[in-house]
Amino acid sequence: MATTLADDLRPMHHPHSWVTRYVWSQDHKVIAIQYSVTAIAIGLVALVLSALMRLQLGFPGVFPAIQPDNYLQFVSMHGMIMVVYLLTALLLGGFGNYLIPLMIGARDMVFPFVNMLSYWLYLLSVIVLVAGFFVPGGPTGAGWTLYPPQAISEGTPGHQWGIATMLVSLAIFVAAFTMGGLNYVTTVLQARTKGMTLMRMPLSVWGIFTASIMGLLAFPALFVAAIMMLFDHFAGTSFFMPTMQSMGAITPTEGGSPLLFQHLFWFFGHPEVYIVALPAFGIVSDLISVHARRNIFGYRMMVWAITIIGALSFVVWAHHMYVSGMNPYFGFFFATSTLIIAIPTAIKVYNWLLTLWRGDIHLRVPMLFAIAFIFTFIHGGLSGLFLGNVSVDVPLSDTFFVVAHFHMVMGVSPVLVIFGAIYHWYPKIFGRMWNETLGKLHFWITFLGVYAIFLPMHYLGILGVPRRYYALGETGFIPPSVHLANEWISIAALIVFAAQGLFFFNMIWSLFRGPRADPNPWGAASLEWQTPQTPPAHGNWGPTLPTVYRWPYDYSVPGAPRDFIPQTEPRT
Amino acid sequence: MPIAVAIAMLVLGSVLFHLFSPWWRTPIASNWGSIDSALDVTLWICAAAFILLNLFMAWVLVRYRHRAGHRAHYEPENASLEKRLTIWTAIGIAGMLAPGLAAWGRYVSVPQDATIIEAVGQQWQWSFRYPGPDGVLGAAAVKYVTPDNSLGLDPLDPFGRDDLLVEAGDLHLPLDRPVKIVLRSKDVLHDFYVPEFRAKMDLVPGIVTYFWMTPTKAGTFDILCAELCGTGHHEMRGRVVVEPPKAFAAWQAQQTSFGQILAETPPAAMSILLIKANACIVPASWSKS
Repeated sequence: MATTLADDLRPMHHPHSWVTRYVWSQDHKVIAIQYSVTAIAIGLVALVLSALMRLQLGFPGVFPAIQPDNYLQFVSMHGMIMVVYLLTALLLGGFGNYLIPLMIGARDMVFPFVNMLSYWLYLLSVIVLVAGFFVPGGPTGAGWTLYPPQAISEGTPGHQWGIATMLVSLAIFVAAFTMGGLNYVTTVLQARTKGMTLMRMPLSVWGIFTASIMGLLAFPALFVAAIMMLFDHFAGTSFFMPTMQSMGAITPTEGGSPLLFQHLFWFFGHPEVYIVALPAFGIVSDLISVHARRNIFGYRMMVWAITIIGALSFVVWAHHMYVSGMNPYFGFFFATSTLIIAIPTAIKVYNWLLTLWRGDIHLRVPMLFAIAFIFTFIHGGLSGLFLGNVSVDVPLSDTFFVVAHFHMVMGVSPVLVIFGAIYHWYPKIFGRMWNETLGKLHFWITFLGVYAIFLPMHYLGILGVPRRYYALGETGFIPPSVHLANEWISIAALIVFAAQGLFFFNMIWSLFRGPRADPNPWGAASLEWQTPQTPPAHGNWGPTLPTVYRWPYDYSVPGAPRDFIPQTEPRT
Repeated sequence: MPIAVAIAMLVLGSVLFHLFSPWWRTPIASNWGSIDSALDVTLWICAAAFILLNLFMAWVLVRYRHRAGHRAHYEPENASLEKRLTIWTAIGIAGMLAPGLAAWGRYVSVPQDATIIEAVGQQWQWSFRYPGPDGVLGAAAVKYVTPDNSLGLDPLDPFGRDDLLVEAGDLHLPLDRPVKIVLRSKDVLHDFYVPEFRAKMDLVPGIVTYFWMTPTKAGTFDILCAELCGTGHHEMRGRVVVEPPKAFAAWQAQQTSFGQILAETPPAAMSILLIKANACIVPASWSKS
């Protein structure tokens, strides 16, 4: 059944012109690149916003153009863009689109037209998001969490139009994601080639597959929250709006619950962390295995860990709300579920380390990023235990400790994986090789730089320095050394910011001038490296689909002539 | 090789940073030492995991680096090793969760004898209310707010008459007496945050939230807002003065009660105030003219 669907060439939409090949393309590889380029472009906007924030925090008063209003707008837009429009879109729309069909031996996604629509809707959501910068009052400054009532009340920047463009953009994004997500799930379930059982799929596919299912379950909560807030804003409903004072007058709203929004938001927001993390977990597993020339350690355990994390991540959301004013007795349940999720997560870390252990480790650029990921992820994962552990969260919540934690665990860590993955698959995607020296330079500045940024922030948070503050002002418990730390952090951030130029130069220059890449430069066993052409042609596999005979981790098998056996090689 | 050295140096650097960094918890000024201890236990367990795992990785990177003729070991699974690691992890997790939950158990159990004091947030200032001699806070809601009744007390609730109001002034707390701080917001979300007390809680418009603590150190501390509440969020400051019960009582005796405020409210303003409470009749005793 699965093979007949995938093997049938008739439904393939063959491009007839440049426009249908590269613009209105239904080829998953082109859509993947469209998704990735758009996500990285909007990510650059968020990167610039973070640099502006750091300028204000490091050198308060030096840049009079940065006022409390724009500072909060930078904070809010930076957060939302990075989490949703960069990470989610790049890992699922980008890597998901590129890797799923190639790794499972399909010609394309099962719904190529819907896939194309998914990208164009995503682009529309980005355009509406960017429009927020140009509407009267500017974009929303309510924080990326968009908590009502402040998000739509006087006193918050962008409470008139900025919030509206944000909510509309999110609703469109959810529609775009749903089209993509249904495609990824269906393709994995229906279009695997002969011999590609679920337990022979690379962990990248497992991560993306599980994250897509989670997205389909979690994003609707964000969608309804956005629609309900739009109603509150424009139609005078009171879903989230209690009776309150605004502009010296009592509002006509009555009986709404701000906490209801927080529950909806985090019911989406926590799985969202894993929607970003699971594809990164999967991808990094493959990078480590390939470059350590060793089978991924405990594959079945890794698959179970991914699915268990996926399931548990739906019952931990209120750990973002320990001090929100919800019934405090919920704390017992959510602290326990949150700390339990650390067990499968720790197993993943052990298995990455045990894959390196007794390996034959080639320290190429993708591997360096993977190793850096293990380091930052251990750090960020452990600091999460502080915040999950309910009473310990009380002094730390809403401080820089939280900022440091989530940047380490879901900012830096997935981004390191994304860099590693781009370096890893670039030769397959573009058929060219990047420059090794530039790649290493980019790696070292980025890795050491981000640690210099985020390690001290944990300590500022333990001291009690609050987050989302435009200026710390005169505060008794904050010594002058904190201002000094903020200066250093800003300098480190600006260096890391500038170092990303190396990456972009390397990628763009190599596209035209890089040496021709070997079809399988790393000696990888998984299916995407066994395509007849590099870059893979439309339809991926030529006249017949590949047949899979083994799992994707046959590295350094005793007695084998080479140190890897491709999945397509029959068992003898 | 450099990456192995870098990982090892980052571990060492993190430990040194921890030991020598000037930034750590503020000296505690409340009973929530149990929160600090839970944090310490969490820190020690996590630090051990951080050091062990990363040093293991650094060693592996050196020991199993690629060399000519070297080949990786083929071993898909090792069930007993994985089982042992899972059990040790579970023990570590339980070790931090236990003190965390125990401290939370205390956090959610307000002592019977706790004094009730209300903190009211609005963009961007703090006000406070004490229950007065009857020990009971009168009913209050945003709908009652008028320029003369800015904390929105129900003018018809007799329990509110003796409540003491401190608008945009300092919060005073008696030393070594448990207090239940009930929190109310007039507009958006806020969060009552005094780092030295460790405790904090959001203010949510429409509901009353609370936390409790016992101040254990006399002195003056900053109150910050820890929940983003708009443009002036970073300027929403207050002060709390913790003083011995005698000084506290003396200070309290100087505060104005709601009843006094009502008595001084001119009739026109008074009728607005009462209309908000849906009262049709103005008692003669409230009207001076």
